[in-house]
Amino acid sequence: MEVFLSQLFIGLSVASMLLLVALGLTFTFGQMNVINMAHGEFVMAGAYTTYVLQTSVFGTGAVTLAFGLSLPLAFLVGGVLGLILEFTLIRRLHGRPLDTLLVTWGVSLMLQQLARDIFGAPNVQVKAPSFLEGGITVAGVSMPYTRLFIIGLVVVALLAIWFYLSKLPAGRRMRAVVQNRDLAAASGVRTPHVDRLTFFIGSGLAGVAGVAVTLLGSIGPTLGTNYIIDAFLVVIVGGLGQLRGAIVAAIALGLANAYLEYWTDASLAKAAVFALIVVFLQFRPQGLVVTRRRGLA
Amino acid sequence: MTATAAAPAAPGVRDDDLLRVEAVDGGHGSTAVLFGVSLGVPRNGLCCLMGRNGVGKSTVLQTIVGLLKARRGRIVFDGDDVTKLKPYDRARAGIAFVPQGRDCFPQLTVRENLRVVQEARRDLPKSGIDDALDLFPRLKPLLDRPAGFLSGGQMQQLAIARALVTQPRLLLLDEPTEGIQPNIILEIEDAIEQLKRTAGLSILLVEQYVDFALRLAERYAVMDGGRVIDAGDTAGLADGHVRRLLAV
Repeated sequence: MEVFLSQLFIGLSVASMLLLVALGLTFTFGQMNVINMAHGEFVMAGAYTTYVLQTSVFGTGAVTLAFGLSLPLAFLVGGVLGLILEFTLIRRLHGRPLDTLLVTWGVSLMLQQLARDIFGAPNVQVKAPSFLEGGITVAGVSMPYTRLFIIGLVVVALLAIWFYLSKLPAGRRMRAVVQNRDLAAASGVRTPHVDRLTFFIGSGLAGVAGVAVTLLGSIGPTLGTNYIIDAFLVVIVGGLGQLRGAIVAAIALGLANAYLEYWTDASLAKAAVFALIVVFLQFRPQGLVVTRRRGLA
Repeated sequence: MTATAAAPAAPGVRDDDLLRVEAVDGGHGSTAVLFGVSLGVPRNGLCCLMGRNGVGKSTVLQTIVGLLKARRGRIVFDGDDVTKLKPYDRARAGIAFVPQGRDCFPQLTVRENLRVVQEARRDLPKSGIDDALDLFPRLKPLLDRPAGFLSGGQMQQLAIARALVTQPRLLLLDEPTEGIQPNIILEIEDAIEQLKRTAGLSILLVEQYVDFALRLAERYAVMDGGRVIDAGDTAGLADGHVRRLLAV
């Protein structure tokens, strides 16, 4: 029982991190059918934003303040990077998913090298704020505060996204464009504006995910690649652009990973999860949640 | 900009028409569908575009809204050349499109379907939504339903209502009565008639139902094989002329 509970917590904790990275991807993927391979590097940029704030701006004396500020700032850094990418490259490659994949992969490599040039190749450590040190033990399961914080962060992010999509005019526009781009354009919705805003928010969420990553260990220029594949799996299994699907998929993948890892070992568990996904996609190639989507032309 | 005097006016197009489609070639991707299509929609009038399935009627409408590119020719709206404008800028200029097959934003509610269009522009009053709903009172009890769950007739009414919220000067209707139960067809016909009479709207109507179309129209155009094969005023049109052109 204790094992069951502790693996449950580990699974949920993995799921929360996955979901945090995948949320932004769900946005950009659903909106523009664009596979943004540089999304992982936006996560990395968010992580280094935290690092810079802590080491260069505030120093080690104000770790908590630096950490608190890094959340909005990382959102901004990720968002602006996403905007630049959208404006310079992605919007010119509309309707060419394969080219976009290659181009954004190239951008991802460039950003990794840039990080290496600025911060050096070795990993660096970001101090967690003191209020996140330690943890609590409930029913024999020890739960570090950092892990609980990340789960909380995902919940807050989900609530914010839900509010944006269902209550604000800009969110309504975004849903309209996702569901029927041609009809939205023909009804006077400036679709390029909506695309840009979507990319800003999606990439900003990657930046926030980067802040969370700093709580889990040291950070390096290639940290994005550790997350991007799993995050893509979440997006694909969940159904492209489907928030509900992504949530279910992230939890399922996190839990499957945690339990399989306990019964076997880390690499075998990973292989088993991939195998499960392959089988799943044989039966439901569109993912968990499917939306009817069509164009006019 | 106005048409150069040198260009010979095609039948069914006049200089003072609200919309002039002038010798437009177009199509989907690399497939050419339209060849030198010309037609005009008179101010505060209705032009009816007829023809059998697959002759390019819907393609004409999609080219007018800008979802498809015109490869040659011009589209002139209220004296301005809009051929190069994006669809959303044409919508803002006053062209509204009700596509075939009752398209909607399926996961938005009926209310959201209307609001999203109204909110997209600063110059559209909220009251436009109520005005559109007054024309189609059947939609009122359905406002909080996702649009994807509406019946065909309800969705068609929603599609026209959505177009009206943009306060257009020109309404493009693509087969609004296709596959809809007869009593709703009558309501839609009444609505179109009312719009034409009271709202000062010009309408380009694609319709298979010849009697209904010709009763409302001042102008007509008949297409076949991506070309306009006959066009002109409906006044003084010989009985059965159009019907003969449409016969298989």
